[in-house]
Amino acid sequence: MSLLAPVAWAGRAALHLLAGIGRPTIFALQVISHILRPPFYPREFAHALFQVGWFSLPVVGLTALFTGGALALQIYSGGARFNAEVVVPAIVAIGMVRELGPVLGGLMVAARVASSIAAEVGTMKVTEQIDALVTLSTDPIKYLAVPRVLAATLTVPVLVAVGDIIGIAGGWVVGVQRLGFNATTYLVNTVDILEFWDVGSGLVKGAVFGFLVALMGVYHGMNSGRGAQGVGRATKTAVVAASVLIFAANYVLTELFFTS
Amino acid sequence: MIELSGVTKAFGANRVLQRIDLTVPTGTSMVIIGGSGTGKSVLLKCILGLIRPDAGMIRLDGQDVATAEREAFLARFGMLFQGGALFDSLKVWENVAFRLRRGALKRPREEARAIAIEKLRRVGLGPRVADLFPAELSGGMQKRVSLARAICAEPEVIFFDEPTTGLDPIMSGVINALIREIVTEMGATAMTITHDMTSVRAIADHVAMLHGGVIRWTGPVAEMDTTPDPYVQQFIHGRAQGPIESVR
Ligand SMILES: Nc1ncnc2c1ncn2[C@@H]1O[C@H](COP(=O)(O)OP(=O)(O)O)[C@@H](O)[C@H]1O
Ligand SMILES: [Mg+2]
Repeated sequence: MSLLAPVAWAGRAALHLLAGIGRPTIFALQVISHILRPPFYPREFAHALFQVGWFSLPVVGLTALFTGGALALQIYSGGARFNAEVVVPAIVAIGMVRELGPVLGGLMVAARVASSIAAEVGTMKVTEQIDALVTLSTDPIKYLAVPRVLAATLTVPVLVAVGDIIGIAGGWVVGVQRLGFNATTYLVNTVDILEFWDVGSGLVKGAVFGFLVALMGVYHGMNSGRGAQGVGRATKTAVVAASVLIFAANYVLTELFFTS
Repeated sequence: MIELSGVTKAFGANRVLQRIDLTVPTGTSMVIIGGSGTGKSVLLKCILGLIRPDAGMIRLDGQDVATAEREAFLARFGMLFQGGALFDSLKVWENVAFRLRRGALKRPREEARAIAIEKLRRVGLGPRVADLFPAELSGGMQKRVSLARAICAEPEVIFFDEPTTGLDPIMSGVINALIREIVTEMGATAMTITHDMTSVRAIADHVAMLHGGVIRWTGPVAEMDTTPDPYVQQFIHGRAQGPIESVR
């Protein structure tokens, strides 16, 4: 018996891991399959658009502004080592739209949105509101998950685009005010260097990150444990899972987009 | 008719229901009594398919509920949850008219609102509360809104989980009368969980007592007082001494 204990433990751990990957995946497929099938809930969708998109603008904008500024300072001092200060506009622009815009935007949305969705849906779960939805012939996946996931998938790219612009503007302000760049030259350099796919890839990343963030929020909320503690744990897990998934997905997408 | 046979449910080591057999004829009112934590709410949720029993069979009008078409099955039910379970993002009237605003029973907004206000009146709430949010109401008011939501689409089968808990005696009387009326006049089948013996006598055709995971006793309400079963006697008279331990 005791000899087999480690085997049993390993088996349980493996099953646990597989379930931890499998269940959210099945959930994701369910959500996707429901997106195009009626009934639709436009009111919930509109509400989610506001919650995810509009109210995330300030935090995403501020994050991008400071990051763009800091990036300009770093590239300037780093570039000075081999007399390459002129690359500041180019590197700020590319760094912002390809990597920092989507990743930092995604993370800020994860902090704001995955947590609030998980807490809201988790509270609905522990107060039997989700059971009530079912008895009122309403599919919780359709009513709760689809509007939020769809809204996040569509609005995070917009947030990323806004973040890109504000981030580049942050770099520009620092470049012009602190580093002595000519205002027009800086802008011309930025526009010249950027290609369509630099920006487009970042927007696609944003869509994927938005999907993951809302998915984790709803999934962990719906599977919340009982009581206030259960909701607390669900909220924390949703934010952690969303953040880690954003980094992992970012790597995979970067491999896909920019190698070969 | 609702028939349960051998319904069993455990949560881990907690064996809540152990072979429940129970029959509720159509158009009658069954009241389930039993100590708190004995699995009364779990029993109702098993019938609705919100919790999957580990074993046993549940039939509605002869059809196995596990294989029934979910949409059509649920459309026949109304449920008042123990905690109310109102949607706190929706106004009171939108909660009550939830079923009438979407899906197969969808009606125009004004019509749904009028029906909701009428149902609210039946549970003793004026039109003033219709535009409030659930969080702005007292616990007892929330319970009554929830009751209005359960009966709004006039379901054939209605479950009430502790409908009068947290209400004052007068309101309890109103709700008891309403539940009785729904069964007698609308011909609905009702299952009610309650601890309130006044409610039991006002609502029940039949009573079933759940204890230790099984139905200890079931029979017509008139026989409840004369049954020799010591569990039932202890429960209905609220005695501390008896076969039911007071530390559970
Ligand atoms: N979802 C659940 N997960 C784990 N245990 C549960 C769950 N629902 C109910 N229980 C347990 O089942 C038992 C019966 O609960 P319940 O049916 O709510 O009691 P009551 O008879 O007071 O309505 C309790 O011990 C409760 O802790
Ligand atoms: Mg209960």
